Amino acid sequence: MALSPPVAADFALPAPTARAGALDTARRALLRHPTLIAGALTLVVILVAGVLAPLWWTGDPLEMKPAVRLRPPSAERWFGSDNFGRDIYTRTLYGSRISLTVGAAVSTLSLVLGTTLGLVVGFYRRLDMIAMRVMDGLMAIPAILLALALMALMKASVQNVIIALLIPEIPRVVRLTRASVLSLREHLMVEGARALGARTPRILARYVLPGLVAPLIVQGTYIAASAILFEAYLSFLGAGTPPHIPSWGNIMAEGRAYVQLAFWIILFPGIFLAATVLAINLVGDGLRDLLNVR
Amino acid sequence: MTDLSRRHFIAGAAVVATTASAGIPAVHAQKRGGTMRFVPHADLKVLDPIWTTAYITRNHCYLIYDTLFGTDQNLQIKPQMVDKWSSANKGMKWSFTLRDGLKWHDGQPVVAEDAVESIKRWSKRDPLGKLLAAHTARIAAQDKKTFTLELAQPFGLVLEALGKPSSNVPFVMPARIAATPDSEQIKETIGSGPFRFVKDEWQPGNQVVYVRNPDYVPRNDAPSGSTGGKKVNLDRVVWKYIPDPATAAAALEAGEVDWYEQPSIDIAVRLEGNKDIMVAIQDPRGTQGWIRPNHLQPPFNNKKARQALLYMVDQEKYLQAALGQPKYYRTCPAVFTCGGPFETGAGAVKQDVNKAKQLLKDSGYDGKPVVVLDPTDIPLTHGAALVSRELMTQVGFNVDLQAMDWSTVVARRAKKDPPAQGGWNVLFTWWIASDVINPAVHAGISGAGSSAWFGWPENGRIEELKIQWARATDKAAQKQIAEEIQKVALDEVMYVPFGQWVSPTAFRKSMQGFLQFPAPVFWSVSIA
Amino acid sequence: MIGQIGRRLMATIPVMGVVAIAVFALLHITPGDPAVIIAGDYATSDDIARIRAKLGLNEPFVTQVGIWLGRIVRGDLGTSIFSGLPVSTLIRQRTEATIGLTLFAMLISVGVGVPLGVLAAWKKASLVDRLVMLFAVSGFSMPVFWLGFLLVYVFAISMHWLPVQGYRPLADGVWPFLRHLILPAVTLSVVYMALIARMTRASMLGVLSEDFIRTAFAKGLAPRRVLIHHALKNAWLPVVTIIGIGFALLIGGAVVTESVFALPGLGRLTVDAIIRRDYPVIQGVILVVSGVYVLINLVVDVLYVVLDPRIRY
Repeated sequence: MALSPPVAADFALPAPTARAGALDTARRALLRHPTLIAGALTLVVILVAGVLAPLWWTGDPLEMKPAVRLRPPSAERWFGSDNFGRDIYTRTLYGSRISLTVGAAVSTLSLVLGTTLGLVVGFYRRLDMIAMRVMDGLMAIPAILLALALMALMKASVQNVIIALLIPEIPRVVRLTRASVLSLREHLMVEGARALGARTPRILARYVLPGLVAPLIVQGTYIAASAILFEAYLSFLGAGTPPHIPSWGNIMAEGRAYVQLAFWIILFPGIFLAATVLAINLVGDGLRDLLNVR
Repeated sequence: MTDLSRRHFIAGAAVVATTASAGIPAVHAQKRGGTMRFVPHADLKVLDPIWTTAYITRNHCYLIYDTLFGTDQNLQIKPQMVDKWSSANKGMKWSFTLRDGLKWHDGQPVVAEDAVESIKRWSKRDPLGKLLAAHTARIAAQDKKTFTLELAQPFGLVLEALGKPSSNVPFVMPARIAATPDSEQIKETIGSGPFRFVKDEWQPGNQVVYVRNPDYVPRNDAPSGSTGGKKVNLDRVVWKYIPDPATAAAALEAGEVDWYEQPSIDIAVRLEGNKDIMVAIQDPRGTQGWIRPNHLQPPFNNKKARQALLYMVDQEKYLQAALGQPKYYRTCPAVFTCGGPFETGAGAVKQDVNKAKQLLKDSGYDGKPVVVLDPTDIPLTHGAALVSRELMTQVGFNVDLQAMDWSTVVARRAKKDPPAQGGWNVLFTWWIASDVINPAVHAGISGAGSSAWFGWPENGRIEELKIQWARATDKAAQKQIAEEIQKVALDEVMYVPFGQWVSPTAFRKSMQGFLQFPAPVFWSVSIA
Repeated sequence: MIGQIGRRLMATIPVMGVVAIAVFALLHITPGDPAVIIAGDYATSDDIARIRAKLGLNEPFVTQVGIWLGRIVRGDLGTSIFSGLPVSTLIRQRTEATIGLTLFAMLISVGVGVPLGVLAAWKKASLVDRLVMLFAVSGFSMPVFWLGFLLVYVFAISMHWLPVQGYRPLADGVWPFLRHLILPAVTLSVVYMALIARMTRASMLGVLSEDFIRTAFAKGLAPRRVLIHHALKNAWLPVVTIIGIGFALLIGGAVVTESVFALPGLGRLTVDAIIRRDYPVIQGVILVVSGVYVLINLVVDVLYVVLDPRIRY
């Protein structure tokens, strides 16, 4: 009947069940990264609004009704109408399709092209010299001037806007990838793999790419955010997507003359644009923290 | 409906006209001096008035050049630089004597030779000038102040040609500058007008500066249109180019500028409510809108396809979209404008979409994309483009609407290539009434094919009719021929008029002496 | 050190060469044609062909590049196709406005952004930090022209405190000059400010976790002194880098801002030239702007070397 001193095992908590563990992780993630979740949720809402636009009490984005032009927001027209009588609410929702498409396309394409180029350039010394000078040169030209010049060469279309916005973004991705490749090239793992006779593409895929995924994803979100903003700038300056297909940028561009008369034309697409870009940036920041990217 | 809107239209123009003329107090009551800050409708790029028909260049030239004759508010031709003139031999020989005291900005006196060379250069490019030249046997200076013009065939429009108010205007330049070949631009800007151009302060895309010409000797008559005494009450005129319309309007309201040439109609309606600002009609004769098809390229090289365009148009719809405010526009089927001396409804059609569809089918249209140029920076043409897209799609065209800015349209419209290689099928434009008011000046009804205005329609009959018109001596005959011309023009569908409107202009009430004329006039105005 | 600087300088030459050739190439791939616009409304194809020959547009590409590069080296940036004025004159006319706008914006951004970043770093993970960072992120998520119109509407149109548009050169007086630049500069600065705040915060966080900071606090020094004299002094460098990189962003924003506020700057000059295909102006301006950007980055690199004795190339 001697009292034994307490042992660590006495203080152990009961082992959590597996299911409770998953929920717990999620809840903890939410509390630690509220902005990431908020941003992601906002994006989902806007995406759904755009993709399923016809379902959200919208009309025809192209329909002109001059009899009700320049009407302020009301029960029939939630965001008012523009100078051609078109419904701003409908156009804003449909506009998210273009803006989001541009963002996603520019981001994906610049990542794919930039990474490929960066990997190749990082591995083959001789290409490196020339390619990096060219990349530096391209980066020296302010992105918007480059995009504008490119748009001036081509006719206005969504595809061409994507091309014009993607070219200034590629050099940065190339740098990122190349830096990674350069540092890993000398790594023992790679040396060992070479010694074993592994060929270059395999080395790239197995050793270099995995480490790049996280920073590329983060970079991708920033590129998407910047592309969506830049599409608006190009439209504002008259060199963006074709005007009869609404995008947030060109709705605001057309509303330029009506700042005092009908500010709602600029206000609502602007809010959507700012919210989307903000959401993407928050997601990017959150991912950066989550994935521990520097 | 048309009658009602027409009454409103004319009433509106009349009210504004009286208000405007009421704004001209007796000359001695006007203040002298000061700087006028003016917002032009475009950026001044080209300084040569023969080189381009652009209205901005014309406006610039009215400041620094003078003309032999001018057009007054009632479309009457009156002498300006000319003092006396006479015609002999049933109008086959004309003699003109210049006024005293005319000097170039560099101090040299203006001589008859200068006038002769200027007329020659102008007549190489301008349609009315070419017509005059085709009828002229000889034009030469007799002495320092007199020159003569001898016709080879009768021509009833000699004075109308020399006093032509709008593009291209036969401005008078020094002979050595007028000797520049018409394929190049003039390099110097020496004129004899009431203002001088300050080239050192010219910042393209931003501002243009003019100062009063102290050597200018105005006539003694009252100013009217481009005639009469051009008395200058300002020291400086500064053109500030503000491309953003809301910013320009706000600048006018804040007093940062004095005169805003072409506010959009919506903005003008708003400005009407501002007690410090006067909204007037610059040119009550109005402006005409065009839908111009390209006659060289398919599908519009086929007459039936063009007629499909004619029958699809509902002018009311176009005007609503392009302009928005009914009190400033009216429908008008007349090629030579409603309210003009040759107004007629001959050959006009009513909208009939089914007929348009049938015509398109009959033309054998193959469904290939039709390139429609859409200048999005000009609400007027942008609205017309959007409506066209809708109607053309309804009729069965496969529309490729291409957005661009006006300067790109100007570059692209000159291309005769197929649309896929940089050409075009449909474009939109507008001309002020003075430029389309009779068969001699109207660039759109030229059937000269590849040397006609962009669109290049080809029709020999209309060319004959135009010459007949130019030679006709009585008004009744002229009217009858003009009707015939309109019928041909519409049947051929050289262009489809989409309506007529007047453009408001807005200035602060501290500016007085505003004159109505197609171009903004800077003499007679003063800043309080 | 001079050697290092010299080497860095030499490295910029091939970069500028690439920029020059890229810009030239860009414009000459186009089917769009300045000759058509210059030729005027009644031009025949002969006229256009003659003008093209005169402008040298028919020469083989390599020859044109060569001619152009030769002129650049001699300082001749060519003549505007449209106004007939030398490109260098046009640039000179517009430089004051853009430099005034950009410097003013940078001043505001740094003046507000750095303290905000420091504050956020010091109060890390608190509400203040989150708010500041949210504000910063919102800053560069907003379209510049939207913000511009908003500010114009509130401060110029409604309250009449500031002018709606326009520009007064410095020669007209310091106060008019500044007054017309306040709204545009504030509009432009928001984006830059956000970046600087974030960078300052990140950099400060890095420094604040260092041992010597803990020592300073342990010594009993006032927080403000520690923050500014010890931490900030060491956190400066990445912020300086961001200033250099951010310059490109500023130029982009300036293009749009100049359009909203009708400022006669390089941004608007370039946009107009691009739309009209005024090749010499486009080439000249992009070359000059890129040159300035490269120069700024060079200065930043040099500052790095000078300010941080630990770094040696």
